[in-house]
Amino acid sequence: MITAGHLFLALLEGLVSGLVLALTALGLSLVFGVMRIVNVAHGEFFMLGAVIAWFFSTTLGSFGLALVAAPLAVGAVALAADRLVLRPVRYAPEATIVATIGLLYILQQLVLMVYGPYARPVDAPVYFRVEFPWFGYSGYKLVVAGLAALLLGATWLVISRTRLGLYMRATQQDPDVARAFGVPTERVYAASFALGAMLTAVAGALVVPIQQAHYLMGLDALLLSFMAVIIGGLGSLRGTLAASLLIGLIDGVVSVFFSPTLAKIVASALVALVLVVRSGGLFGEGAT
Amino acid sequence: MTARDRRAAWLHVAVLGGLLALQAVLPPFHHTMVARIMVLAAFAVGYNLLLGYTGLMSLGHAMFFAAGVYGAGLPVYYAGLGAGPAMALGTLAGVVLAALVGLLVLRTSGVAFLIVTMMFAQVFFLAALYFNPITGGDQGLVLTGRLPPVHLLGLELTAASPAVKYNVAWAVLAAGLLVAFGLVRSPAGRVLVAIRENEERTRMLGYNIFAYKWLAFVTAGGIAALAGAAYALLFSYVGATFASILYSIYPLLWTLMGGVGTTLGPLVGTGVMTYVVDVASGVTTSYLLVVGAVLVLLIMRLPAGVMGGVRHRWWRWLP
Repeated sequence: MITAGHLFLALLEGLVSGLVLALTALGLSLVFGVMRIVNVAHGEFFMLGAVIAWFFSTTLGSFGLALVAAPLAVGAVALAADRLVLRPVRYAPEATIVATIGLLYILQQLVLMVYGPYARPVDAPVYFRVEFPWFGYSGYKLVVAGLAALLLGATWLVISRTRLGLYMRATQQDPDVARAFGVPTERVYAASFALGAMLTAVAGALVVPIQQAHYLMGLDALLLSFMAVIIGGLGSLRGTLAASLLIGLIDGVVSVFFSPTLAKIVASALVALVLVVRSGGLFGEGAT
Repeated sequence: MTARDRRAAWLHVAVLGGLLALQAVLPPFHHTMVARIMVLAAFAVGYNLLLGYTGLMSLGHAMFFAAGVYGAGLPVYYAGLGAGPAMALGTLAGVVLAALVGLLVLRTSGVAFLIVTMMFAQVFFLAALYFNPITGGDQGLVLTGRLPPVHLLGLELTAASPAVKYNVAWAVLAAGLLVAFGLVRSPAGRVLVAIRENEERTRMLGYNIFAYKWLAFVTAGGIAALAGAAYALLFSYVGATFASILYSIYPLLWTLMGGVGTTLGPLVGTGVMTYVVDVASGVTTSYLLVVGAVLVLLIMRLPAGVMGGVRHRWWRWLP
């Protein structure tokens, strides 16, 4: 029996996971748009964010501090990866894919070595319940949704209002022309890669109190972000945002009423078919 | 046949002959290792047709290997099917799957192709988990004792016997190499290389690009399924692991290691990496770290791979 309460819960869960996914996918979309590379290691930045957040909040005892430290640490890792691996292969599309697959395993296995094969939770920094007519809902999840929305807004401001954002948009349109006009494209690449990784890391850190931190959690994050980026149109930030919310909502509704595995199967098949029919994605301009 | 082709053909015969003779001297552990390597190398040889000769980078090749694994393994487990029909069924499953999936995924190119193949393989993997009661899901099914022995020339052959393992594995590799070598040397193979070098120009010359890519895709899928079927029967195990992303990345790794676009490269790459991974997994549970490190080092320092390097330095005629 489907009640209004069930549906409301499904939509609420969907909204929360959609906003978190939007943060993750926006990072991937940014890197794809500006640098024209597919970062297969993107999900590992999500995982690193979660694991580092666990580490800081258990050693320092402050989740708020962990929420700041995790993206900074992951941003540093991303900068190092850009400098040591991606720049030397000159961001060539196929070489970058292979290199980031390599990075995926390096990061994942290093975490396995140091952190171990455990799934560890962190206590939510705030604990209160929001009472709805049908059920009480975890207040922390609403805080996560709010923070995610705030960060998405901040990212939009950076891209549309700052010099860095201008450089990024110029590089996305035409790297050669941008370079000719004095845009330091290599530094823009590095900054975009780090910014994308940091957005994802925050998303990873935010979900630790809900999902626990585990060294294999990156793969799901990667596949979901791929879906969002594809459906939203490769390289289109607004499309990615819309698609993330859509995927979150659909996933929330379907998972409440059907098996999560079946939901994933249907979603993956649909995404593949969307790409086959419209290689630019649903909202994209048709160019890949 | 030109002198260059003859030389290349002799090299392949020598390599295969050498592998056949090797079983007489290998100690038991390495005997099984080399048998595994030969089956997996066939998988990589097929993959190389896509990556090396047609210029298509797929991240979903595991689904065809797994189609062979399940196509051969499930009938043996549930219906007690014999080895011959099971191998044929497994290979057929991969060919049919590749023919259908190929029709869809080949409409895309570049990044989209990579992601679409990955998504389709993920659908296959998740379906294997979802139909857990039939496939055994993650845990898989053990086939030991279920495969009826084959009677040939008065001999009773069982998959448990090391000699049978080795020689069947060798035959699978030989078949894969023969098909790949034949395709690459044929006029159709030249068109594939032309597509890799310049797709638009090849289209302008009047070739039906889609049909040639599809041919390569189905051939690669069929070879992968043959290898998968043999792997399931020889090593008596069927499981969803074979459809996971790792098994799509392995053939990429092996092919890059051995040399993209060389017929013998995948064999060399599979051999080296299987031993490296085996040694690493004895040292640490994080042995996939080696996989990551090798991928990064290869792409940065040796993008042509081992055989690509050999071709560049010494043997220009290497196919």
